[in-house]
Amino acid sequence: MQEKTFTITADTGLHARPATQLVHKASQFSSEIEMEAKGKKVNLKSIMGVMSLGVGKGGEIKVVINGNDEQEAMEAITAQIQEGLGE
Amino acid sequence: MSHTLQGIAASNGIAIAKAFVYEQAQLDIVKAPKKGAEDEVTSLQNAIQKAKTELEDLKARTEENQGKENAEIFSAHLLVLEDPELTGAVKTKVQEEEVSAAFALNETANMFIAMFEDMDNEYMRERAADIKDVSQRLLRHLLGVNTAALSEINEQSIVIAKDLTPSDTAQLNKAYALGFATDIGGRTSHSAIMARSLEIPAVVGLSKITEEVEHGDMIIVDGMNGNVYVHPNKETIAHFETEKIQFEERKKQRAKLINEPSTTRDGHTVELAANIGSAADLDGVIQNGAEGIGLYRTEFLYMERNELPNEEEQFDAYRTVVEKLENKPVVIRTLDIGGDKELPYLDLPHEMNPFLGFRAIRLCLEKQDMFRTQLRALIRASAYGNLKVMFPMVATLEEYRAAKQLIEEEQEKLRKEGISFDENMEVGIMVEIPSTAVAAKQFAKEVDFFSIGTNDLIQYTLAVDRMSEKVANLYQPYHPAILQLVKGVIDAAHAEGKWTGMCGEMAGDEVAIPLLLGLGLDEFSMSASSVLPAREQLMSLDYEEARKLSAEALLCGTADEVKSLVQENR
Repeated sequence: MQEKTFTITADTGLHARPATQLVHKASQFSSEIEMEAKGKKVNLKSIMGVMSLGVGKGGEIKVVINGNDEQEAMEAITAQIQEGLGE
Repeated sequence: MSHTLQGIAASNGIAIAKAFVYEQAQLDIVKAPKKGAEDEVTSLQNAIQKAKTELEDLKARTEENQGKENAEIFSAHLLVLEDPELTGAVKTKVQEEEVSAAFALNETANMFIAMFEDMDNEYMRERAADIKDVSQRLLRHLLGVNTAALSEINEQSIVIAKDLTPSDTAQLNKAYALGFATDIGGRTSHSAIMARSLEIPAVVGLSKITEEVEHGDMIIVDGMNGNVYVHPNKETIAHFETEKIQFEERKKQRAKLINEPSTTRDGHTVELAANIGSAADLDGVIQNGAEGIGLYRTEFLYMERNELPNEEEQFDAYRTVVEKLENKPVVIRTLDIGGDKELPYLDLPHEMNPFLGFRAIRLCLEKQDMFRTQLRALIRASAYGNLKVMFPMVATLEEYRAAKQLIEEEQEKLRKEGISFDENMEVGIMVEIPSTAVAAKQFAKEVDFFSIGTNDLIQYTLAVDRMSEKVANLYQPYHPAILQLVKGVIDAAHAEGKWTGMCGEMAGDEVAIPLLLGLGLDEFSMSASSVLPAREQLMSLDYEEARKLSAEALLCGTADEVKSLVQENR
């Protein structure tokens, strides 16, 4: 299992285009990928799930990945988040 | 069978092409499954596949025609379409509750839509529309209903619709949509104004054209006379092909007047300006030889997005326009939202009477942060050209004073920040509420100019909803009361050494032009495509004669009498 916590620093938070790109990225892996924020857990491959959390600037998210390509998935998602969403 | 339908001429020109019937399909969703659960799931998967191909195709085409930015929406739609939460929930429902895939999809999508609509974030609420859009698309495939979206027109066609909303017309591709004809609407409805700005022929208010025309029928739209010919015979087609060539020839002839001043035979010069919605309309302004911009509607900067535009963005937009106009006057109207124009992210209350409610300056004075941002952007842009600010929907002097005070406060801040701007920037008001027209003398002492917004002024003066077909005959620009109000406004301005313009549709109207000229109107602002015909007409008129004509018109009893009077004197 891979687990990592990020803080969203983008002004618009986790909606608009970055969320779309994140879901896109997650969908490329076969592992189960979940995101936790505000005490709720959603499927990171689900755009509606991710957006329904409404994570704003400064919000914390935890990404939990389970499966055979979990390591690559975590690397790719980390890179995607650092590219413009947060740290 | 060939036949003719009569409607309201909304935009000049002639289009001859096949009909593209645009309609919102009726989707009949039956709860009971037609087949077993497994087959229902298969048909769901097939529908997803079809919708996916459709969306990918749309995305590619939009990218090609309108750029990557505009195609982004379809990427979002594709993600929603393939969202495991959505499809997973639908499958579970089908299997566990023994319902049809269409029913399960509808229920699930509605749940998501409700969830998003309930969120306290405007952006999220807008996403509900995306989910709705995707689920409708999917349902159409599931139910085998064939209807096409406007953006999917890929051959030259004439669009036939009940009505076209702003989001519909935004999708129109001018290369393929040669014209349109609608069941409802009048000369000043959104669809008609858009047609003139796109310079495509249109006829509106045809009542039942969507029932009488089928997809692929050959039709002719005569935007000059307001006629639509269905299944025209060879002779009719030949006749209109000639007419079309003549229309384009006349257009070319008029193009020669592009740099001429708008001066009457006896040497009285007025200003002919254009109305615009965004910098994208500037080409039309310049090609049609407008001498300025009499109305820049800033609403579009605020529409089709998820949050308020910031100061820099607005500053860039205003600066682009004033710079492009090279010191010609540009009248920019502050945000006129509310009424028929909504901003989903502002979360405005629904009202019984939006036209008499919380809109335009009333709203801006309430939402001061938003208003100040716009005013600052405007003041800063004034350094780059001849910019004038205009407030919409002013009903009382207090409103004008409050808005003017905000401008002065922002100017003072900018002065302290060392940012330059035009210290003599004119600030005026739209005259579109009868109270303001009647009290024009008092207003004229304080404002720098008036611009008469006839569309609303007529609506409020005659108490006629301009969208309502039943009372459309009461929407009378030539009503002597309107002329009287216009005269009062112009006289009041002139007595104080101020100028008066008009930025409603009436300013470009053939019958109204001689009257307005005679009443002393200084600036006529209209759709860019009307500028050259108006100039041609003005150059043929005599100011002294027009003065006599308008004096006589003021004594007429009815709008029809006014119209006949003008036509007799042609």
